[in-house]
Amino acid sequence: MSGAPCILVIAEFTQTRPTKLTCELLGLARGLAGATGGAVSAVLLANHADGVAEELIARGADRVYAMRHAALADYHSESWVSAATQICRQAAPTVVLAGHTAAGADLTPRIAFRLGTAVATGCIDVSFAAGSLALTRPCFGGNARETVSFNTAPAVATVRAGCYDALAFDGKRRGEVVRIEPRLGEEAPRVRVIERRRDTDDSARLEEARVVVAGGRGLNGSDGFRLLEQLAAALGGAVGASRVPCDLGWCPRSWQIGLTGKTVQPELYIAVGISGAGHHLAGCGGAKAIVAVNTDPEAAIFKDARFGVVGDYQKFVPAFIEEVRKMRMSE
Amino acid sequence: MRIVVCVKQVPDPEAAFSMFKVDEQAKKVIPAPGLQWVMSPFDEQAVEAALRIRKRHADTRITVLSMGLETARNAIKHGLAMGADDGVLLSDAAFEDADSYATAYTLAGTIRKLGGCDLVLTGRQAADWDAGVVGAGIGELLGLPVISFAMDIQVERGAVRVERVLDDGTEIVEALLPALVTVSNELGAARTPNLRETMRAARKPVTVWKAADLGLAASEVGAAGARRVLERLFLPVKNNRCELIPGSAQDQAAGLAQRLREARLI
Repeated sequence: MSGAPCILVIAEFTQTRPTKLTCELLGLARGLAGATGGAVSAVLLANHADGVAEELIARGADRVYAMRHAALADYHSESWVSAATQICRQAAPTVVLAGHTAAGADLTPRIAFRLGTAVATGCIDVSFAAGSLALTRPCFGGNARETVSFNTAPAVATVRAGCYDALAFDGKRRGEVVRIEPRLGEEAPRVRVIERRRDTDDSARLEEARVVVAGGRGLNGSDGFRLLEQLAAALGGAVGASRVPCDLGWCPRSWQIGLTGKTVQPELYIAVGISGAGHHLAGCGGAKAIVAVNTDPEAAIFKDARFGVVGDYQKFVPAFIEEVRKMRMSE
Repeated sequence: MRIVVCVKQVPDPEAAFSMFKVDEQAKKVIPAPGLQWVMSPFDEQAVEAALRIRKRHADTRITVLSMGLETARNAIKHGLAMGADDGVLLSDAAFEDADSYATAYTLAGTIRKLGGCDLVLTGRQAADWDAGVVGAGIGELLGLPVISFAMDIQVERGAVRVERVLDDGTEIVEALLPALVTVSNELGAARTPNLRETMRAARKPVTVWKAADLGLAASEVGAAGARRVLERLFLPVKNNRCELIPGSAQDQAAGLAQRLREARLI
């Protein structure tokens, strides 16, 4: 590794603020830079993103490479890959980090191939060990973990939500904003976006909820989710699901938690009728406490749970909602 | 139209966790007795997507391509029994222990040798390493437009129209062919081969190629061409200290509420 290493974070943002996961990546990047004496840079691809660059600095970036272009207004694979690759070539980072989101998982493999290097997706740990970068990630459907290193540079990685702490907002932190002129192709993009359909409910709520109530195959239909919604409302939480109910159309697919869905890290995760396959736990294993409700006492989920209820959720959940409401009333 | 579907044979991801063991020394999965090897489910859905396209475009030829041990022939047979037309098996000791880069490099080289195609389909990720890198890599190496996480694929007038999954919804995108599309589980269930198709599959051609057949140097494929070094493979440690709440549903509800309260979780 020659010179001071530069850690590059590819920012995602909503309106005027970087996402929580982007702030977590800056926290991780500061840790990596601190261990090696390097600098943290952020990549901001946007059309209008007032205030985002300043918050990236306040959250730990020493430098923000900002590129403005109408084609970058919303995540678009081709223009983002092209723009991010251009900035990577200019900044010559040792590590490139992105969130393990639909955008990050789409973007990073393509950047890695363009830069002739390798990528680790969905990492849960990124650290320097004996001078080389070690990346740990779930694999085999969440049943196993692998730790990898790369013999090419830069190392590119996506990191799951909730694995690192964001730094507190520090308005006094100083950094520079470097404007980069886009060199996006003159010709029309090869992939054209025809239409975007956003879910009406605020699905970001799921990733930020303190309490998540999730349902699985054991709910036996969409009606069970109405019950879980009542429980979530009583607890001030959000509703999620394992893959099967999403595939079967019992609930919106944006509720999916797991290896191919969202990663959540709530204080409390109540898994109802979820067997606890590794691919689901890859999305909720970081919860502070898991409660498992299942008819099958042998279900794998009990191995990860702090509290377990063996029984029929249709009898248990209404009774539990009553208990929670009683408790709230007496407060 | 020619569609190439890249598939991988993996240990059955639906198998019970108790059947899943790793040899930490060798950094390999131990094939437990009775553990089935199957076509990765997302790849099955990629074959399904190809078959749905062929239903509307009868002049479509579907080739199932797999790199792996000689046993990967079974994954190709499965694709043929689902209804694909022919298969290509890349089996050579030189291909072993490839990473995502070397795998994409080898598969891209194979598609070139096949004379290219109109559409390359892959699963969004293989159910063993769960990386989700090879599909995008093939697209980049072949210079194709890449569309990831497809839940619906339509081909019309030389273009592919894809509904793809976002974190908070979906989007519809379009690209001219040739293109590469990775398929997500939202596409829906893959068909189960019936007896008649399985019988027919036995007569469908499967070409077997080695590195030399592809004109690829041994230094570029398999472990020699890898950029990733596997440092460790291990099982996560489980605490397994679950407290079961006893009694009737009523008792359990009261008991759980009390414990969560004490733990300041609610």
